[in-house]
Amino acid sequence: MSPWLPILMAVPVLGAVVVALLPKGSDKLAKQVTLLVSLVVMVLTLVMAVQFSPRGDRFQFVAEYNWIPSFGVKFGVGVDGVALVLIALSVVLVPIVVLASWNDADGVKTADGTVIAPKRSVKTYFSLLLVLETMMIGVFAATDIFLFYIFFEAMLIPMYFMIGSYGGAQRSYAAVKFLLYSLFGGLLMLVAVIGLYFAAGKGTFMFPELVGAIQDPATQKWLFAGFFIAFAIKAPLVPVHTWLPDAAAQAPAGAAVLLVGVLDKVGTFGMLRFCLELFPEAAKAFTMPIVVLAVISIIYGAIVAIGQTDMKRLIAYTSISHFGFIVMGVFAMSQVAQSGAALYMVNHGFATGALFLVAGFLISRRGSPYIADYGGVQKVAPVLAGFFLVAGLAGLSLPGLSSFVSEFMVMVGTYSSQAFGSGGLAVAAIVSAVAVILAAVYILWMVQRALNGPTAESVKGFKDLNVREVVVLAPLVALIIGFGFFPKPLLDVITPSVQHTLTNVDVKNPAIAEKGAGE
Amino acid sequence: MNGFEAPTIEYGQLAPLLLVFGAACIGVLVEAFAPRYLRKSIQVPLSLLSLIGAFALVIVQVARGGVPTTASAMGAVAVDGPSLFIWGVILVLSLGAVLMVNDDGHFVASAAAVPGSADEEEAETSGGAHTEVYPLVLFAVGGMLLFAASHDLLVMFVALEVMSLPLYLLCGLARRRRLLSQEASLKYFLLGAFSSAFFLYGMAMIYGYAGTVSLPGISQAMSTGSLMDPLLLLGFSLLGVGLLFKIGAAPFHAWKPDVYQGAPTPITALMASGTLVAAMGAVLRVFWVALGNLDWDWRPVMWVVAALTMIVGAILAITQTDIKRMLAYSSIAHAGFLLIGVMATFEAAEKNAASLSAILFYLLVYGFTTVGAFAVVTMVRDPGGEAGHLSRWAGLGKRSPLLAGVFAFFLLAFAGIPLTSGFFGKYAVFAAAVSSGTQTGDSMGAWMTGLVVVGVIASAIAAFFYVRVIVLMFFSEPAADGPTVVAPSMGTAVVIGVALLVTVGVGLFPQPALDIANQAASGLFIR
Repeated sequence: MSPWLPILMAVPVLGAVVVALLPKGSDKLAKQVTLLVSLVVMVLTLVMAVQFSPRGDRFQFVAEYNWIPSFGVKFGVGVDGVALVLIALSVVLVPIVVLASWNDADGVKTADGTVIAPKRSVKTYFSLLLVLETMMIGVFAATDIFLFYIFFEAMLIPMYFMIGSYGGAQRSYAAVKFLLYSLFGGLLMLVAVIGLYFAAGKGTFMFPELVGAIQDPATQKWLFAGFFIAFAIKAPLVPVHTWLPDAAAQAPAGAAVLLVGVLDKVGTFGMLRFCLELFPEAAKAFTMPIVVLAVISIIYGAIVAIGQTDMKRLIAYTSISHFGFIVMGVFAMSQVAQSGAALYMVNHGFATGALFLVAGFLISRRGSPYIADYGGVQKVAPVLAGFFLVAGLAGLSLPGLSSFVSEFMVMVGTYSSQAFGSGGLAVAAIVSAVAVILAAVYILWMVQRALNGPTAESVKGFKDLNVREVVVLAPLVALIIGFGFFPKPLLDVITPSVQHTLTNVDVKNPAIAEKGAGE
Repeated sequence: MNGFEAPTIEYGQLAPLLLVFGAACIGVLVEAFAPRYLRKSIQVPLSLLSLIGAFALVIVQVARGGVPTTASAMGAVAVDGPSLFIWGVILVLSLGAVLMVNDDGHFVASAAAVPGSADEEEAETSGGAHTEVYPLVLFAVGGMLLFAASHDLLVMFVALEVMSLPLYLLCGLARRRRLLSQEASLKYFLLGAFSSAFFLYGMAMIYGYAGTVSLPGISQAMSTGSLMDPLLLLGFSLLGVGLLFKIGAAPFHAWKPDVYQGAPTPITALMASGTLVAAMGAVLRVFWVALGNLDWDWRPVMWVVAALTMIVGAILAITQTDIKRMLAYSSIAHAGFLLIGVMATFEAAEKNAASLSAILFYLLVYGFTTVGAFAVVTMVRDPGGEAGHLSRWAGLGKRSPLLAGVFAFFLLAFAGIPLTSGFFGKYAVFAAAVSSGTQTGDSMGAWMTGLVVVGVIASAIAAFFYVRVIVLMFFSEPAADGPTVVAPSMGTAVVIGVALLVTVGVGLFPQPALDIANQAASGLFIR
């Protein structure tokens, strides 16, 4: 029993209550309290993280309390390497987002200069943010599948209100679309969770005890489908991706960072942790169609991104492409690819987070998300343009920046995957490599149109980044460059955890692996 | 020997029932003899105290551990674990309804005055009021208690009528939009009488088959007699129609939206919670106790009814523009979810306890949320009465964030979002159904999981219209001449507070409530 994770989950929600109870008109205090709480959580998490021993047990900082004995549900938490780095990603992003959204809850400026007033008070926004932080930690830390499901669904609600109450012109449409898509996937997963409980017949939802519990291939396939559809919607994978561009474009920049940077990772995390380990045979049976879908996402997301006129939508589509890479890596069934995929989840969080934030800063100066409304920003706001360029280059996985390492690992791991015999997935890897070129097109073309060239009339009065905005972006850029040259600390933590996954996938059914190899 | 034996009545066991009926009779006498200005101040404490007293008697009976194992009153009433649980739930919910009834302005000044006439105006200005409402509610509540606990079909029919007749009347007593209210009353009465006739006809046929109206007697007759007897099959079909009408299952749901919309909101709350709870108790008794041997016959039928009910309720709710009609369709959908639990039967009867517990738990959480939601509806008012039309709710979140927040939370609970009580209720019946489908040799097998899939699809559709109201309240611009939110009376505030507490509390820590439901269900029904 380790108190670490329960404390980490309790601190933000208590902070949220404090923020919500602050008297009216104390907006500034609400922001300060939120920032303080999120920094405390970050420090606590980092203190916990350094005590994690990669060679130790798979799940560490384990805590288990009986919650609902009648349903066999426990409040069971614990982290393996992948969960740890994703929790770290979340808690690092939250204070950055708090600082970045300092003025977001005050209203959104539109292209014609009018301000869309928010529907709710400033403190509600920050209180929701802290509630969301608890749920983000909880969803990655849950070792009880029922508890995972609870967080998986419940975290939609704060995000729903953050988009719907503080977003752009189309916010309520986007919020409802986001909620219904996710809810529908989640409900299918609920059926699978119930089915898993009774098919396993163990009277528990604890993940470690359920690994290998389902042996019947047909049952595995049905349950796999239930989980996978939910995660595919969350991730999101083509063809169930259409909610993401709307939600990300309408959300305030800070919420968009958490949405794309963390919430969507729950989908890929779930595939890696639950789909593969609980239903290994089904995962192998479905590998080919899923990899094909992933490749389609990679290419489709990239091509559609090129055609976007709205910066936030463009970034959202690049994320769909990147999620395709992550899913391909997860299902390539090789250690390099899966480690790469897990690493990609973290790197994508930082890179896309930086890109969303810097685009958000740019948009807040002009009020328009359209690329065509900008031009020559570089001359009036060189610092902003510089950060934009670095974040963009991270988005296109330039060598030396963190995303490169992970994308490279995914492609190499997929190319050399033994899942369908030697080189069985090589074609997928080769086709996906086209996206690297497309990425250069969508990023560099956006940079060229928005930042370079003659200074547009509307851009002339732009102020460069202020201190707050630089403080927001600098740590992200430092992380992007740092992990680009030195990803070892992350990989050291991730790799043993991925090995556990692969062991659980392979060892349970060696026959399948051979059959797969023979095909 | 003249062949007549005085019946033995277990007064102690039936005390809650007798107390409620007794108070109702006293209420009638008060109406007859007390002066007008005193009536309300007598009726209100009388009603509240009798309901609280009855609840206390239920608690005492449970606490003493003396839950009977045989039927009381010569086999007419079964005071078993499920009955006591349902009694407790109905009593608390109706207490909430009475507190809302007590709030002024829901009931017509003079029901006999023609709407829009001078009589009506005069009655209103002279401050007339129908205090008969209180004894009527008590009679209806007494009927509900008996309905859920009746051990033979004849008592069940009497209880059905005792429950329904006062409700028909109460539906027509709304102060505002009286024509709508009277239409609701008439519709409810006609359709209700029709369904009662079905029930009675079915009962007669089953009597013809079994030679008895006692539920265990019917079950016994079926274990020796032919299961293909047309009398039996027709009889139980007709009986089923009568019962499914009361819970509002499709295709017998058409009355619900009209009646829920027209009735005064406190009465709607009573019907949506208490009547549903009582009727589910009766459905369970008939289908599990009397027709338990026939389950391979009725489960496929029930599958279709449950699926249809959920889908119809969820889809039609989307098209509604009136908040009460929307909640009525939502109640239809929830009746469908409950029917999933009714189908979750097992070959080995003692395993049914888990399913029964799931249904009881669902009834508990749904009842509280429903009463709370309707209590909120009573507070949002236009000059002409409650602001029924959904467009009037636009921007309520800005105007009155607390109330809108509470209502949004109730809606999320209806939608079954985790960390609300509604989620665990839904989970419990879904799990019971899947568990029933996975038993070896189950006649429905994978169909049960299929039904759960239908259930989650219906939940997703239902989520759409719950969320739509939240969107309206929080994300839309408030109407310029929007409705006012009246300060709640003490009673309404208590109702909303308790409902919120239960919805949040059970949503975070469902175990205590589950323990009670498990305990109540452990002994199953008396046979």
